[in-house]
Amino acid sequence: MSDTLYYKSASELAALLEKKEISAVELIQSIINRTKAVDERVGAFNSFDEVDAIAQAGASDARRSDGQSLGPLDGIPIGIKDVLAVTGQPLTCSSKMLEKFVSPYDATCIEKLKASGAVLWGRLNMDEFAMGSSTENSATKVCSNPWNLDHVPGGSSGGSAAAVAAGEAIVSLGSDTGGSIRQPASHCGVVGLKPTYGRVSRYGLAAFASSLDQVGPMGRSVTDVAMVLQAISGHDDRDSTSFKSEVADYVKALSDNAGKKWTLGLPKEYFDTASDAASMEPVLKAIEFYKSIGCEVKEVSLPHTEYAVATYYIVATAEASSNLARYDGVRYTHRAENYDDHIDLYFQSRAEGFGSEVKRRIMLGTYVLSSGYYDAYYLKAQKVRTLIRNDFMKAYEEVDALIAPTSPQPAFKKGEKTSDPLSMYLSDIYTISANLAGIPAMSIPCGFSADGLPIGLQILGKPFMEEELLSVGHAFEQAHDFTNQHPKL
Amino acid sequence: MSDKPKIDIDYISNLARVALSEEEKAAYSKDLSSILGYVEKLNELDTDGIEPMAHPYPVYNVWREDKVESKMSPEKAMENAPASRQNMVIVPKVVE
Amino acid sequence: MEYEAVIGLEVHVQVKADSKIFARCGAGFGHGPNELADPVVLGLPGALPVMNKKALDGIIKAGLALGCTIPDVSKWDRKNYFYPDSPNNYQITQYDQPICDGGEVEIELPGASRNIMGEHRKVKLTRIHLENDVGKLTHFSSDSLVDYNRAGTSLMEIVSEPDMHSGEEAFAFLTSIRQIMVYCGISDCDMEKGQMRADANISVRPKGQKALGERIELKNLNSITGVKNGIEYEIRRQTSELKKGRTITQATWRWDAELGVTEEMRKKENAHDYRYFPDPDLMPVRVDDEWRNRLRAEIPELPYEKQRRYFEEFDLPYTITSVIVPDRELAEYFEEAANLAPKKAQAIGNLVVNDLLREVSEVGIALSESKIRPPHILSLVEVVEKGTITKNIAKEVFVEMFKSGETAEEVIERKGLKPDFDDSQVKTWCEEAIAENPKPVESFKAGNDKALNSLKGQVMKKSRGKANPQLVDGIIRDLLA
Repeated sequence: MSDTLYYKSASELAALLEKKEISAVELIQSIINRTKAVDERVGAFNSFDEVDAIAQAGASDARRSDGQSLGPLDGIPIGIKDVLAVTGQPLTCSSKMLEKFVSPYDATCIEKLKASGAVLWGRLNMDEFAMGSSTENSATKVCSNPWNLDHVPGGSSGGSAAAVAAGEAIVSLGSDTGGSIRQPASHCGVVGLKPTYGRVSRYGLAAFASSLDQVGPMGRSVTDVAMVLQAISGHDDRDSTSFKSEVADYVKALSDNAGKKWTLGLPKEYFDTASDAASMEPVLKAIEFYKSIGCEVKEVSLPHTEYAVATYYIVATAEASSNLARYDGVRYTHRAENYDDHIDLYFQSRAEGFGSEVKRRIMLGTYVLSSGYYDAYYLKAQKVRTLIRNDFMKAYEEVDALIAPTSPQPAFKKGEKTSDPLSMYLSDIYTISANLAGIPAMSIPCGFSADGLPIGLQILGKPFMEEELLSVGHAFEQAHDFTNQHPKL
Repeated sequence: MSDKPKIDIDYISNLARVALSEEEKAAYSKDLSSILGYVEKLNELDTDGIEPMAHPYPVYNVWREDKVESKMSPEKAMENAPASRQNMVIVPKVVE
Repeated sequence: MEYEAVIGLEVHVQVKADSKIFARCGAGFGHGPNELADPVVLGLPGALPVMNKKALDGIIKAGLALGCTIPDVSKWDRKNYFYPDSPNNYQITQYDQPICDGGEVEIELPGASRNIMGEHRKVKLTRIHLENDVGKLTHFSSDSLVDYNRAGTSLMEIVSEPDMHSGEEAFAFLTSIRQIMVYCGISDCDMEKGQMRADANISVRPKGQKALGERIELKNLNSITGVKNGIEYEIRRQTSELKKGRTITQATWRWDAELGVTEEMRKKENAHDYRYFPDPDLMPVRVDDEWRNRLRAEIPELPYEKQRRYFEEFDLPYTITSVIVPDRELAEYFEEAANLAPKKAQAIGNLVVNDLLREVSEVGIALSESKIRPPHILSLVEVVEKGTITKNIAKEVFVEMFKSGETAEEVIERKGLKPDFDDSQVKTWCEEAIAENPKPVESFKAGNDKALNSLKGQVMKKSRGKANPQLVDGIIRDLLA
């Protein structure tokens, strides 16, 4: 039985564990075997600690046999993006800069997962410091799309998406600053949710852009994602931006909201653009589906959408230039061997430790904050950000959620865009606005391209109403069969 | 701001404390000016009187009481240090 | 040509708190290297700041004590620069919306002599803001070591207007700030522990000229005296440069206290480009009247207000107030006794300033540990006034009281210091003294009043020091009249 466990859903596995039909050790063993079998090709993991994972699973089994199970996630293997701090585990952010760094502390979401009994499994590959849309900026290793190894998995949480798609983890955690959960989820045919800004603590998430970053779950079904979101959500007094807002019972909401006839908005700006026509088709079909179940679907406008990418690249890089200043060769990072003096130590360590995209963004962010440019760039972008948020708030007066594509095209081939950073940035066009507005958004699989690459449907929701967002996605998922379609590896 | 902004890449690399090769300087100058050229778009918008958005959901006075609730041994604090002595980080001699 | 100096000070004061400004680990002085660190202090990946309420209370209280406006909203900004003592390579500070705006500090200049109070004036403040302190570098021959214990300590920066003109004023300014901070319990302001540090901006201009001269930023002023000496030296240096027809170029200089000179540290290249921007990790601060009023109520009477009241209420001389007032605990001690008998305040003040402080410092204990409490002081003043014992014996009694914690009466009783003779015995001794000392008697009769002292001395000797000197004086005068 353990041969096929790795493709079961978390909810199914929870039931099997509960009934003691399987053990958590068996389950993690299945995941370990699968990972060993496929990860040389997929490259989803920067590292994993087999012994530690088996020990965690053993502890879970012991709890369960004592009748002390911590809940549905107890014993479920969850892959962790290598951007979250786990005590005693490497935290590399896929950067040479943190190659040897071992975290002495737990991120809050990790503490919460531990409290739920989940088995923390491995360190998942990503674009260096979460900067990128293809995981090609990883300094650790190449990560491939399980559906077609010549293609990228998307990014920056490419490893988190690929691992789940390839059965190397049941669920995973990613982080999303401009689409880094949703876009790889879409490219790898899995579900990925970026919660409302402030819903999940950022404490222990190595910051890229503090006002945009959110930790979020990825999985093969909406229910699995809801289970993980449940475990990691809630106010944290170690993160000043964490919001004091009730956390609903997300899994229960899925059944409570079944059959609900939502009012859904189609932001016209997301359908006007030069999206690849073939990849729009499944999205349009999904819209028809919602109409068919009685949802009201209407066109809405988010007029400032065309300014989102420009706004994002100012805000995100400015914050990043400051956030990444701490990686300096002094206290815990890579230190260059050769330097002239204490100032040159910075120059050389940072030149060696950072990859080219990270340097590019640090340069851009430093520039937009530098003397004389603050008002023209950063302040201007912060104001436009207000306009972008206002667009959403206005749309939400009329609709419960918005439906849109996640990405303008399916996963592209490796190396296809690396030479043109601006075109890479523009591929984030549909996902960036949710981060700027701070609203929750999710990508669910809704079809395949002609050459068999997954396509995602994006659902954007009201602030702190993840239960609605999940329910809208769940309705689609229940009527389709994407959850059980897996790449051939 | 209608002209393409002039990028003083040496000035920026100095502020950011990142050494760049001549090729990188050329490449980043080009990239930055292309991105900044694109960003000019924002000037189409009149943002007079619009509040800048510093936080998605701003609330005031998020604080904690003055209690000592965390501790780390000096050895632990130095565990990842590239060079340390007597529980302190070694850096090249800092001269002012 | 006459020149005048213009001085502005930037004073950093650590706000007293158990934990750091944005981290939950302990704050303090005298710990082993890096014992006060945690992920936030070290700036580890993923660590986030959360502000310490006590630091906010401290700065608002300081602002209210110094007459600042406390705006409704203030916010946090990042000041970006690389330095090994700064873990994040940015300092969390307040750029354009500080917690305190404006304000002023009353200072007292030195008088013509130590016994005479000098002029009082008010020095204007620009602002006070809050920020995190940085770590500490120790330099060795081939490298430097970094200790982050101090990093993240709550630090206020009090910025004055260019409103002072001499080293003495700067000295008085710092003294006043220190007294007020200590009075309010905001900081101990121990400069040796780095709890208070000052940088000065100094320029010199021809008298009468409106525009300020080129400014030198003077650093490394590590003691209040250092501030005075450094500034005075720098004013002399700049003035002499200008007199020689040379110009001053903006730069940062440092004071070398050992050599007693200032020296150039670095030229002012292009102004630093700190790339300030609002810190996205922290939420803004909103202060309402309820908060302001609560803290205002906690501010005690400030030193110079107290001094004025002591002049009026107790008619104390400056020689006493200048010792008592700067020390809040001592002032409260004095006042407790003085309030029991306001008319005896001067005598109480004298005992406090002379006997009490002497004993406390000789034994090396804190005032709070002293067994003599304010009512004891009053008991001693009363027995002296009643003439039960002489002032000389009172000194002896005080030492005993200090040791045992007894009242004056108890000591007098126990040690038998009360006169064991009556007034008629004193009269007899006086008659004897007159009979035995014809010379001073003659001299007194010839109009030399001082000659009486020798006669009095004889009587005191006979009484083993116990006779009441006023009584002796009266009797002798009567007998010689």
